[in-house]
Amino acid sequence: MEAIKSENICKRFGTKVALNNVTFSVEKGCIFGIIGPDGAGKSTLLRTLSTLTTPDKGTAIVNGYDIKTEYKELRKHIGYMPEIFSLYQDLTVEENLEFYASIFNVSIQENYSVIEPVFCKLEPFRKRMAGKLSGGMKQKLALSCALIHQPDILFLDEPTRGVDPVSRKEFRDILTTIKARGITIVLSTSYMDEASMCDCIGFFNDGHFLQTGSPNEIISSFSKPIYSVRCLSKYKVLMASRQWEDTESCYINGDTIHIIFTQSIPDTYSFEKYILDTTNETIKISKTEPTIEDCFMTISNIQPQ
Amino acid sequence: MNENIIDIKNLTKKFGAFTAVNNISFSVKKGEIFGFLGANGAGKSTAIKMLCGLSRPTSGNGTVAGFDILCEYEQIKSRIGYMSQKFSLYDDLTPMENITLFGGIYGLKRKDIANKASTLLENLGIADKSKQLVQSLPLGEKQKLAFSISILHNPQIVFLDEPTGGVDPSSRRKFWEMIYETASKGITVFVTTHYMEEAEYCDRISIMADGEIKTLGSPQELKNNYMATSIDEVFRKIATKAIRN
Repeated sequence: MEAIKSENICKRFGTKVALNNVTFSVEKGCIFGIIGPDGAGKSTLLRTLSTLTTPDKGTAIVNGYDIKTEYKELRKHIGYMPEIFSLYQDLTVEENLEFYASIFNVSIQENYSVIEPVFCKLEPFRKRMAGKLSGGMKQKLALSCALIHQPDILFLDEPTRGVDPVSRKEFRDILTTIKARGITIVLSTSYMDEASMCDCIGFFNDGHFLQTGSPNEIISSFSKPIYSVRCLSKYKVLMASRQWEDTESCYINGDTIHIIFTQSIPDTYSFEKYILDTTNETIKISKTEPTIEDCFMTISNIQPQ
Repeated sequence: MNENIIDIKNLTKKFGAFTAVNNISFSVKKGEIFGFLGANGAGKSTAIKMLCGLSRPTSGNGTVAGFDILCEYEQIKSRIGYMSQKFSLYDDLTPMENITLFGGIYGLKRKDIANKASTLLENLGIADKSKQLVQSLPLGEKQKLAFSISILHNPQIVFLDEPTGGVDPSSRRKFWEMIYETASKGITVFVTTHYMEEAEYCDRISIMADGEIKTLGSPQELKNNYMATSIDEVFRKIATKAIRN
């Protein structure tokens, strides 16, 4: 069953097109990641689906309700965590949670089991002002408040921005436990490596999806062979590789360089020799598996200059 | 001549009973890209402030760009560049005005600023936008502009504090290519990031936890030493053992 089904959603702000015919669907009970750079329109899409703004054209059915006509009912069934911390800094952790619970007319005790995996880390700070919490703790409080009414769908806007790798791992584990309760999660991120925690991802740029699918589907749809180059001076080799006539694209990838050649079976021996002649660098070249980043780089068809 | 552009010995910073940075020693070579990693609260910012001459160590000593961090911090300040994602440019000024402002702060002559500005805007491909406000530029362009301005005065080291948040992989790579280009000209790049795949772009990295440098080496060395397939894994192995968290 589909938790979200959107059709041709358009939204513009003045002359700026934020959403351009967004059509996609999200299966119930899965984690869907909207992956794309800042300014792509991810937040506008999340705000539209969670009825904080209305589309100019098109509509979506979220949890069985139309976002344009049935928003009042829909709001009872969704949770939304904005990108910027929006709780009351001058209320305590406990007071913020009580406030949210009372808005949705639920009691904390009744629904405690839903927020427990997140809130347990905040228990020692119940009486602390929200403004005095660390970044990671603020994020957990915001998530608790978005969950307190047991929503069916949870919208998270850039939940892991500025969060260190340990807290991010912890956050992924928390999302897995929330998902296990049958809650559908839709999140946005500008980091490709977050794809690994999603069942399904959509590359989002310039107000629309470029591609959607499970991380595995997206990787296996990448048809070109990709080569990894190891060398000492990456910058020199990168610049020289761009000048090689059979290079389609090349870019830095971690401590290696990734190259896609124009032929499907490239002459790597000549390439190695060319690099040695022009840069005096001995390289190690080998075929490698594409990553989600490689897929995004290729599909967005923007090559570094 | 000393090839180490940063040379730090037993650096410690205490705030009352709290030891933010505990006896760290390391050195960074000229033209190196050095990744300075650590969880939130590990002591990175405090350490960077001491390196930039903004904070005095409680004990320990060292040199940055050949000057003593204990007493020659004014000389250090004029020889380093700094860029962070949080604050780098004035959004309500144009690129040209930002260049003039920062060039002036670093004591460049008006004529030099004008010359440098035109090359810089040309290289970044934003010459036609030099009169727009910075806030109207895409994030990727802003970051490249901020970086270019941070090295306008040709510093010996540039400190980049989480420089690449929020951009797509393509813009991020363009940014890293600028870093490589800068390093190839002999400017040392000292960078912090929360994104471990970026850490793999560095020549060497260090990982801090509980105010100490727990490990230091090339990405490959660290992965070998910790029997990990990625720096993310190395990082988590170190940081989950940390007491402060």
